[in-house]
Amino acid sequence: MRNNGDEKVIKENTNIALDNSHITKKGALSICNVTKIYDPEGVHVIALEDCSLDIKAGEFVAVVGPSGCGKTTLLNIIAGFDSLTHGEIYLDNELLAAPGVKPKPGPDRVVVFQHGALFPWKTVLDNVIYGPVIQKKMSRDEAIEIARDKLSRLGLKEIENVYPGQLSSGMQRRVEIVRALINNPLVLLLDEPFRGMDSVTKSASHEALLELYDIFHKTIYFITHDLEEAIFLSDTVVVMTTRPGKIRMTIKVDLPRPRDYRMLSTPRFLELKETAKDAVHEEALKAFQRGERELA
Amino acid sequence: MSKTNISKDNSVANMFVKKEISFGKRLQKKLFNRTNINGTIAILGFFLIWHLLVVLRMPFMKHIPTPVTVLETFINLVTKKVYWVSLWFSTKRVFYGFVAAQVLGIPLGLAMGWSRKFKYLSFPVFEVLRPIPPLAWVPVSILFWPTNELSIAFITFIGAFFTIVLNVLRGVSSIDKELYRSALSLGAKPQHIFRKIILPASIPSIATGMMVGIGITWNVVIAAEMIAGDKGIGRLTWEGYLAGDTPTIIVGMISIGFAGWLSSGIVKIISDRMMPWRKLF
Ligand SMILES: Nc1ncnc2c1ncn2[C@@H]1O[C@H](COP(=O)(O)OP(=O)(O)OP(=O)(O)O)[C@@H](O)[C@H]1O
Ligand SMILES: [Mg+2]
Repeated sequence: MRNNGDEKVIKENTNIALDNSHITKKGALSICNVTKIYDPEGVHVIALEDCSLDIKAGEFVAVVGPSGCGKTTLLNIIAGFDSLTHGEIYLDNELLAAPGVKPKPGPDRVVVFQHGALFPWKTVLDNVIYGPVIQKKMSRDEAIEIARDKLSRLGLKEIENVYPGQLSSGMQRRVEIVRALINNPLVLLLDEPFRGMDSVTKSASHEALLELYDIFHKTIYFITHDLEEAIFLSDTVVVMTTRPGKIRMTIKVDLPRPRDYRMLSTPRFLELKETAKDAVHEEALKAFQRGERELA
Repeated sequence: MSKTNISKDNSVANMFVKKEISFGKRLQKKLFNRTNINGTIAILGFFLIWHLLVVLRMPFMKHIPTPVTVLETFINLVTKKVYWVSLWFSTKRVFYGFVAAQVLGIPLGLAMGWSRKFKYLSFPVFEVLRPIPPLAWVPVSILFWPTNELSIAFITFIGAFFTIVLNVLRGVSSIDKELYRSALSLGAKPQHIFRKIILPASIPSIATGMMVGIGITWNVVIAAEMIAGDKGIGRLTWEGYLAGDTPTIIVGMISIGFAGWLSSGIVKIISDRMMPWRKLF
């Protein structure tokens, strides 16, 4: 069973799936000509226009682009928090979002937010087991056992009875990622999870995320403003244009895994960074100039 | 894969392991901290200045007895049944009014915060009734309720009710939308949202409402007793005034202050219990 990857069995038995999920090649996202218009009757903000992107199963995609270009909008649509105006999104060839399809968030596409959304009234352990317990996928005791295992792998076991408010932002985000992963999602959606962290916390968080990625190999949609972070973590960096957002370019990051901090100074890394920087800079400039026009 | 970052995290995690301190040490620390010592000095200072002002025959202190006289009256009063009966009646009225305000106010606030339709329906009525001061309810209350006890408890209830509703309503509407989203994203169904997110997330504002509410109920009960009551510590104070018995007035005032302080302390303990996650270190 371990090698022929019977998806159904794995899905039903999360315990096994968590340990062998690298063999489940699922979680491919197909974003086809997506347009999102906010408030079509009123202000009519075109956030995304004809945006297309293919994300392979297990691919780590980092999305960058000027502020307000529609990165979060696209994430919200994938997550099922919001509807789209035109186009379709498929998850493993099944229709996920289209006009007229009711958006439906779910544990196959778990989101981690920038400011964190751990439940402050629950301990770390109770936060982590929230998903499987509320879905009635596991009993509380089963969930606790698995959660403890996951937490201890990340060196978070000691804090299982601590409330999130007592943790540093770095630890909070790590707990939140564990809380997402315990659901064995197809896609992990991360909206600037490490923004505003000091550099030490940030690099510890990178290491933790990379380690989790190497274990679980989930599809990841990761929004960031930090190009270095984007390249260091991802397989593909997607640069979006200024609003209305579409994909300006995708950069394949051909650095080997596991990633290591020493790679940050390799010529290849710097080359990739230059390419990304040029593209982002140009879009940011456009956004800036348009901003001035709108003000004038 | 590398495991190096795992061991180094344990040192950070160790900060959270509770240190055991003996009970005696803890009590000592609790009683003799800076706040308590400073507080005691301030209170003693207050009585000293009061005493001096009276003894030095300051013109504006003509009708005020010295703390010593007050203390004598106090000792005399606490041995009498009427004092304790008065306190008991006021406490009872505060308790009923306060509990009723919570029992009705919390669900109403939650419902108003939860359902926009319900809020639009009920808020206008609420906003017209809210500015009416509790004491303006006295005449209607006396006419409406069959017993005096009920009408005073009702006025007390009015005092706390609007505060608690508003606090809970504000609490619910300020819940971070990302909490809802992450719950849904983790597999919660819309029918889980109320019990699993709205209710726990609004506990801090319920607690705030309770703290403010208990203060108001003591204010209101004393005033209501002076206007409409028999019995009660407010009444006792008022009768002290009618009899020209200043020491009794002051003993009454101090007793009210003390009872209010004690009730706030109890409410504080309850609200801390309701939200253990807020007690950080
Ligand atoms: N609910 C909404 N109603 C109207 N306009 C919106 C709404 N949400 C977002 N927008 C607009 O849509 C555009 C895209 O927003 P979005 O949040 O997706 O940008 P972003 O790329 O995530 O930006 P940032 O990097 O600042 O997070 C912005 O111009 C924003 O003002
Ligand atoms: Mg955003």
